[in-house]
Amino acid sequence: MASLPQPDVAREWLATMTLIRRFEERAGEMYARAKVGGFLHLSIGEEATIVGSARALRESDYLISTYRSHGHALVRGTPPGNVMAELFGRVDGCSRGRGGSMHMFDMERRFMGGYGIVGGNLPIAAGIALASDYQGTEDVTLCTLGDGASNQGTFGETLNLAALWRLPVVFMVTNNQFGMGTALRRHSAVTDLQRKGESLGVPGMRCDGMDVVETHAVLAEAVQRVREERRPLLVEAVTYRFRGHSMADPEQYRSKEEVATWRERDPISSFGALLLREGVIEDGEIERIDTEAMAQVDEAVAFAEASPFPAPESLYDDVYVLDGQVPGWYSTATANARIELDAAAAEVKSGQRKALAASNDEIPQQLTSALAAGEDGGERHEGPA
Amino acid sequence: MAQMRYRDALGAALREELSRDERVLLMGEDIGVFGGAFKVTDGLLAEFGERRVRDTPISENTIVGMGVGAAMTGLRPVVELMTINFSLLAFDQIVNHAAHIHYMFGGQARVPLVVRMPQGAGHQLGPTHSHCLEALFLHVPGLLVAVPATAADAKGLLKSAIRDENPVIFIEHEALYGVRGEVPDGEHLVPFGQARIAREGSHVTIVGISRMAITAERAADTLAAEHGVEAEVIDPRTLRPLDLDTILASVRKTNRCVIVEEGWPHGGVGANLAALIGEQAFDDLDAPVERVAGADVPMPYSKPLEDIAYPHEPQIVRAALAALGRDPSILAAAGRAEARAGDGR
Repeated sequence: MASLPQPDVAREWLATMTLIRRFEERAGEMYARAKVGGFLHLSIGEEATIVGSARALRESDYLISTYRSHGHALVRGTPPGNVMAELFGRVDGCSRGRGGSMHMFDMERRFMGGYGIVGGNLPIAAGIALASDYQGTEDVTLCTLGDGASNQGTFGETLNLAALWRLPVVFMVTNNQFGMGTALRRHSAVTDLQRKGESLGVPGMRCDGMDVVETHAVLAEAVQRVREERRPLLVEAVTYRFRGHSMADPEQYRSKEEVATWRERDPISSFGALLLREGVIEDGEIERIDTEAMAQVDEAVAFAEASPFPAPESLYDDVYVLDGQVPGWYSTATANARIELDAAAAEVKSGQRKALAASNDEIPQQLTSALAAGEDGGERHEGPA
Repeated sequence: MAQMRYRDALGAALREELSRDERVLLMGEDIGVFGGAFKVTDGLLAEFGERRVRDTPISENTIVGMGVGAAMTGLRPVVELMTINFSLLAFDQIVNHAAHIHYMFGGQARVPLVVRMPQGAGHQLGPTHSHCLEALFLHVPGLLVAVPATAADAKGLLKSAIRDENPVIFIEHEALYGVRGEVPDGEHLVPFGQARIAREGSHVTIVGISRMAITAERAADTLAAEHGVEAEVIDPRTLRPLDLDTILASVRKTNRCVIVEEGWPHGGVGANLAALIGEQAFDDLDAPVERVAGADVPMPYSKPLEDIAYPHEPQIVRAALAALGRDPSILAAAGRAEARAGDGR
């Protein structure tokens, strides 16, 4: 078993996992209150995979993630207010309200994004690693993917190319046992996912993704090897998401008993208990950390609430980089009349949205909790998430 | 001015940009040792080495996606896809990623990536290697789309594409690779969003896309020689951005317009452009905008069928005469029938 880190480091891991947990819970509540639209994929239960892996990186290393990416932004230091504002679709969102839950981004902190297309981030990760290699830096890219993504074409293509070109990427499969609602054994012929890269020249490792200490130890070794040996590795982090795939998931594909069994191994409470047992933290410190996390989340919600919706006239901003550009019709917005039309339409929409949010403020608390607990997420979405 | 093949003009653009900017690198299937399926990159591996000129496995979606990631983090990759039909394997990376990243991440990341690919019929390559798909890319906000028809534009637009901060879909034409043309000496850059008036005229405007700009010029010669019609031929050169102003100015002068493309008619470049002209210059039109497009079929292999599945001069001549109301009705009917071959029938 891997040894415990220094006390201040251990406390920071616990605090960050707690922040992610509390943030996600609140995001779920805000979703039920229609403050958050679209899909919302929570990583509750998977916090050790996020913190354990990201803390194995240097600040100059790159992290690139999936559509389940709130925690990855938080772990890299993106202020919770900006992440919550993104969920709220506000102008202070970390993607300025353009991306939403699935598309968090923070260039400054080298969090290279959440990606809504399963497996879509793998080639991009390899490209980032190619740039690091080409530029002669020591930077490593950590690319997370789900067990479901290991069946995408990009998995084979990218692992092969990364091995062929000896690119500094760690691919981390966050194996949470399900590709949406399809169990691992029903979607992958090889369920020992760490071996799935072997035929592509990418050796595998595995860690207990419910154990932040082990996850960190294995990822630290992987990152170091990749940095030094200049070749990719695949790490399987075995974990479990306690909540549905998204908020719209009635969870008919698994039993309550199965979920309960995994919940006994909760990565946060088990790590907290370990630190207490080992005398790293004192009685009451867990509660203090939790209170602090709750306060940060309260602040994040207040910040998001106070942040305005993007202005209608910003609709066409950043479709193109237009500095020093040549003339021409880049898009239909080039016609003034059309801009006004679009702006007017946007105003109507955001007005409707405000009205909807206001009416949802009056949802009875009981229903809100039920929605937040994922017991009846089918309310808002009928399609796949 | 030097006489240069379209293929060599492209190669020269790549060579110059590789020399000028260390951040530029090439990736693609068989672009190095093999020299490129169409020999555009011939000699570049020897000149610049494996670090800059990279043969890739056959993994279109991933090599484009790697271009996206590398572009986001400081490089200027130029990815070659062997034919435009293969770009469909990379459509996820092109549309969901390259085109959207700047917008969906609130302007924080840029994707200065060029994806080169040839298109076009005429070599009997059948239904998976011969299509003209520029309309698919034109459809997508966030992409720039170039369709050079001459050697000079091939060079000048490619150099501009590599220097642009946006993802560029750079569509070459297979039938043009061996065609020679005048290319200005020295640093030759053609800006995006500036149409080329290939031939001036006052009777009818003919807009030709990609190779069809060349075919339209030949049709214009026939119109002048045999029908006394002076056609103005416009090659937009880039579809996004589109130099609509030049096209509208011409239509306001001639009051008649024919749009020629090799791609399919439904939802095509011509359909889009005809709508824009209708919106912007309806009062200047003396006749409906005529479209000449490829047949609405997968490209057949057999030579006689392939020949009639994409436009040639006579169809353009007939469409121009129809727009002028000069034609014997039987010709007009035939022209329209061919232009709209397969439309719902």
